[in-house]
Amino acid sequence: MKIHIKNGRVIDPASGLDAVQDVYIAAGHIQALGRAPADFHANQVIDAAGLIVCPGLVDLSLRLREPGLEYIAGLESEMRAAAVGGVTSLACPPDTDPPLDEPGLVEMLKFRARNMPGPRVYPVGALTRELKGERLTEMAELHEAGCVAFSQADAPLLDTQVLLRALEYATTFDLPVWLRPQDPHLARNGVAHDGVVAARLGLHPIPVPAETVALATILLLVRETGARVHLCRLSSRAGVEMVRQAKKDGLRITCDVNIHHVHLSEMDTADFDSNCHLVPPLRSQRDREAIRQALGEGVIDAICSDHAPVDDDAKELPFQEAEPGATGVELLLPLTLKWATETGLSLSDALGFITRRPAAILGVDAGHIGVGAPADLCVFDPEAAWLVSPSNLASLGKNSPYLGLEMIGQVRYTIIDGHLDFKRGHINA
Amino acid sequence: MKNNPQLTEDGRLKHLLSLDGLPARILTQILDTAASFVAVGEREVKSVPLLRGKAVFNIFFENSTRTRTTFEIAAKRLSADVVNLNINASSQSKGETLLDTVANLSAMHADMFVVRHAAAGAAHLIARHVAPHISVVNAGDGRCAHPTQGLLDMFTIRHFKGGFHNLRVAIVGDVLHSRVARSQIHALTTLGCPEVRVIAPKTLLPRDVGNLGVHVHHRMEQGLKDVDVVMMLRLQNERMQGARLPSAGEFYKHWGLTTEKLRHARPDAIVMHPGPMNRGVEIDSEVADGPQSVILSQVTFGIAVRMAVMSILAGN
Repeated sequence: MKIHIKNGRVIDPASGLDAVQDVYIAAGHIQALGRAPADFHANQVIDAAGLIVCPGLVDLSLRLREPGLEYIAGLESEMRAAAVGGVTSLACPPDTDPPLDEPGLVEMLKFRARNMPGPRVYPVGALTRELKGERLTEMAELHEAGCVAFSQADAPLLDTQVLLRALEYATTFDLPVWLRPQDPHLARNGVAHDGVVAARLGLHPIPVPAETVALATILLLVRETGARVHLCRLSSRAGVEMVRQAKKDGLRITCDVNIHHVHLSEMDTADFDSNCHLVPPLRSQRDREAIRQALGEGVIDAICSDHAPVDDDAKELPFQEAEPGATGVELLLPLTLKWATETGLSLSDALGFITRRPAAILGVDAGHIGVGAPADLCVFDPEAAWLVSPSNLASLGKNSPYLGLEMIGQVRYTIIDGHLDFKRGHINA
Repeated sequence: MKNNPQLTEDGRLKHLLSLDGLPARILTQILDTAASFVAVGEREVKSVPLLRGKAVFNIFFENSTRTRTTFEIAAKRLSADVVNLNINASSQSKGETLLDTVANLSAMHADMFVVRHAAAGAAHLIARHVAPHISVVNAGDGRCAHPTQGLLDMFTIRHFKGGFHNLRVAIVGDVLHSRVARSQIHALTTLGCPEVRVIAPKTLLPRDVGNLGVHVHHRMEQGLKDVDVVMMLRLQNERMQGARLPSAGEFYKHWGLTTEKLRHARPDAIVMHPGPMNRGVEIDSEVADGPQSVILSQVTFGIAVRMAVMSILAGN
């Protein structure tokens, strides 16, 4: 398969390239930029005039709901949704049923994903068996089966000694551990930020110290063990400040945020919209501003969708009883563009947070454009406006806080491993 | 909030879900209407035909004798047909979802749902999903709101104090877990009460309670000083010991309303309680039964206020 993408504005955050150039793809790789290689006969020509060609998006947290939760969604629908969102590489957390705690499960998942169109799938293995926080998983085996990192997803790890041992053991093999900092005791029964909206509506609160107390524990154990830790989904100003200081001190840590925390705050939960019931909770506007500032300064390394399809039955409940999470992979690009527009950040810098930076955290060859690079590309229209509605979302999860609102920026083509994986049929669908 | 879910497009009351976000004119309309119903209860024939032929469903997902009974009396005095459902015992335990239950009851030609539920926002959710002709009255949702209780408290204050504009009001006790307190606070601030105080230990106050427009006190001597109205809250049994409070005894010592503590308030201050009371925990019998107590008036007015709410929702 040879593809010629012509007349597009090519933006590569990794190299700083930003110019109208043609891209020539063959054998799964980018063969040339600008000028056609000798004897290049394209099977497919994509006219990208007025469009932007960027590296395919890399999403650090996307739930495929497989195995075990296929009644909500599955590989087929969610990998399709990811491709529609311009994502070409994704990490899936281990909170499936059963959790990804055995090599066989991981191999099966990789095998099923490989035989389907859609992005490259990088499973994150369970840190402890059944995510119970008691016994370690066979991390070395799981790594061989294809796990790129180990995490508890959103399951609590009550025993600090187990956490220490897990970090020590992972470090033995230099395997990365991804942790979402939340003290399970301080967060117990909580569903909303401990702020003015929770006070008004009487929602059970999750105070900021639920994040910072856990973060302090993790950072101290990282100092102790030298573990490679990635912190998932920071939500608070105080948490961001702790990470800033830890990085200044030279700790080997990285961190991400959910794109929804870049835009939304506790105010969006004020009418009990259960689609705004997220984990961690949407916090104050001050926290949101701190997240934006930390992104601008590079304290936060990446933005992810934390894609969590939830079916209507589990969402059409009173706020505190509704299952948390939002479908998000198809909004990752437009919401990142919106953030860039609002803050005056360059397109290239903004795209870096969803391409090269998460690729570096994953430790995979992705997220950049250059001769010889894997042909994983996203071609999007930066001006196209579209409405977020159940019928406009490919994901089986329709649980978006943005239902009924307009997005600017829409993916036209997604190329994965040199193949045209997604092509938008109806423009402005 | 996008559109106010409680009002029709032309600004009339459609559902009563929370006093948060209701304009003063609506609150005053309810209080004025209630005043006209107080006399009905004192008559020989205690009913008026305003809701004749209408079906009011009391749907209680959480147990309550008192609130359900007063709603039932109010609906019957308006000549409505009343159906009481205790859902705890039936569908929910069979796994039926809240909205399925509501859809089934709607199909039985209900005109009004009076709903109590343990989760905040349950009444809002139901109101979003009922047929357009059905009105929803929130009879308590989790810690969020208990609007008819808030309204009857306002009625009581107005009855004894004439208005709200020169009052100091103290709300005492477990504000954190109290839907009553939240409704009282919203009503008082909306109706122009210049000084609303809350008095409680830090473990029984929401972290950002000050943002609701109240002054925060932890000690009764300061909090009660010169107030015109003392509104006590019920302390649930399960809160009396554990990590929030060491014991009922220590709570009583510091926050229980005694004659001695009440002396800090103005001599003509009234004492209120939403019931049921824990005598000797949040309030001393001498105060509960004393000359400043208006607790039984609250109960009487509660029926008139609920009649007013249902009558207005039915379009009268």
